[in-house]
Amino acid sequence: MSAASTVVAIVYLLSACLFIVGLKQMSRIRTARRGNLVSAVAMALAVAGTLAEMGLVDYRWILGGVVVGSAIGAVGALRVPMTAMPEMVALLNGAGGAASALVGAAFFYTHVVEAVREGTVAEIVGGASALTLFLSVWIGAITASGSLVAFAKLSGRMKGAPILLPGRHVLNVMLLLGAIAMGIVFAWFAPGTSLGATLLWALFATSLVLGVTLVIPIGGADMPVVVSLLNSYSGVAASMTGFVIGNNMLIIAGAMVGAAGLILTQIMCKAMNRSLASVVLGGFGGEVSAEAGKSEYQNVRAAGVEEAAMVLEAARNVVIVPGYGLAVAQAQHAVKELADLLGRRGINVAYAIHPVAGRMPGHMNVLLAEADVPYEQLWEMERTNSEIRSTDVVLVLGANDVVNPAAQNTPNSPIYGMPIIEAHQARHVFVVKRSLASGYAGIKNELFELPNTNMIFGDAKRVLQDLVAELKQL
Amino acid sequence: MMGMLLVGIYVFVLAIFVGFEVINKVPSTLHTPLMSGANAISGITIVGALQAATTADVTVSNVLGALAIALATINVVGGYLVSDRMLRMFGEKR
Repeated sequence: MSAASTVVAIVYLLSACLFIVGLKQMSRIRTARRGNLVSAVAMALAVAGTLAEMGLVDYRWILGGVVVGSAIGAVGALRVPMTAMPEMVALLNGAGGAASALVGAAFFYTHVVEAVREGTVAEIVGGASALTLFLSVWIGAITASGSLVAFAKLSGRMKGAPILLPGRHVLNVMLLLGAIAMGIVFAWFAPGTSLGATLLWALFATSLVLGVTLVIPIGGADMPVVVSLLNSYSGVAASMTGFVIGNNMLIIAGAMVGAAGLILTQIMCKAMNRSLASVVLGGFGGEVSAEAGKSEYQNVRAAGVEEAAMVLEAARNVVIVPGYGLAVAQAQHAVKELADLLGRRGINVAYAIHPVAGRMPGHMNVLLAEADVPYEQLWEMERTNSEIRSTDVVLVLGANDVVNPAAQNTPNSPIYGMPIIEAHQARHVFVVKRSLASGYAGIKNELFELPNTNMIFGDAKRVLQDLVAELKQL
Repeated sequence: MMGMLLVGIYVFVLAIFVGFEVINKVPSTLHTPLMSGANAISGITIVGALQAATTADVTVSNVLGALAIALATINVVGGYLVSDRMLRMFGEKR
């Protein structure tokens, strides 16, 4: 090993260590921002090490790719509204998966097709590289198209309801086996220079289709779990790329992302009381919801802003349950104004954050942080539920499924068993909502019919502003 | 050859364990930024992409390589910036 390549190897090692440190720091609030920076430094080191390893080459293609990618990435990241974070993560994920798949393909062209060498891919680049090349193309392409479908569903470009193709499980198994068969023939049996390329692109196409057919049957409510799982895949794809080019640092970084994605997926499934298998098999919120959604509401009591203001004014403890509807109405600042106003009158105000509030875990925390809501006022679900009986008023703002008592009372409900914020246990509940339309799970909310619940129909932001104005007069 | 693959598998498996240990018990507040941050790390595939486009010729490998570089860079730059945007908001109050 020459001195130069030893230095490069040590730079890679340093980079891998910094990735671990960065990830560790990112899992604590106090150090999270620094952790992200450490991880970015690790990435910069890895790139610098690679460039040094490559020596002097022609940089035109490289520069083109980096400039275009940086521009798109930076503009996207700086302009995306916080409400659109789930679809942003899905898109970024798709880009990462596609990149890994393309690296595999490019490696094949460089070492097999353009090198014009005889034999199977395994004979030319070695069995290990041939196998992992297939794996990185396969997993990468599934990640890419699956993430695009997740993006389309999350951003409303595609309906959230599951799309259930007839015989979809058979179809998926066939696509899966087809891809594996193609991969094996590609790696060990087909002559690399002639049939290899055809097989590679056929594999690529099959995997893209598989990514689509795997994700379309999964309902919109489960999309965050899918994004997290695909995040894990993109890490594994990167790791496979590491095997292809024989780079341990890439293997380490990719494997850690794979593990991290899997853990986050697990946490989310737990919060939604869903097993990973049932999410992946899909169909949640399908036919059941279409029927349940139709059932009419009875005995719903509407209330005006004046009445709500009076009840709030007389309260001691108020809990606000924010949901995605709050973010859609851009009412985060309005809700903070109301909370501050109540706080100044000596009323205790807290925000009850369901683990999957917003549209992905932790999303609501981000949205409220953007509005400068103090971190101490954000209560987790467990704490809220333990204090809910001594709560005078619960104000539900644009949340729906996460306060639906059907999750506890109605065994045949599709959300039965999901942990909820027990708003119905409070003395008084006000639900601010545009209409009685159903939430993400597509089902009726039993909370709206309870005697201690009043609906305030209207846009969340407008209602909050009216409430503030009314309270100031009292 | 087999030796290198084995070392790779060792590294892969151990890194998965490290990943599990490091991420365990994350507060739910951090789930969203952590997901985008971990996502940025998967852009590490850029290291492979860089090695795929090293000449000026218009070849399939160079075009694929450049495309892979662009996509990986979107992943890396976008992922880190967007995570920083979120985490900055958490940081200000502490």
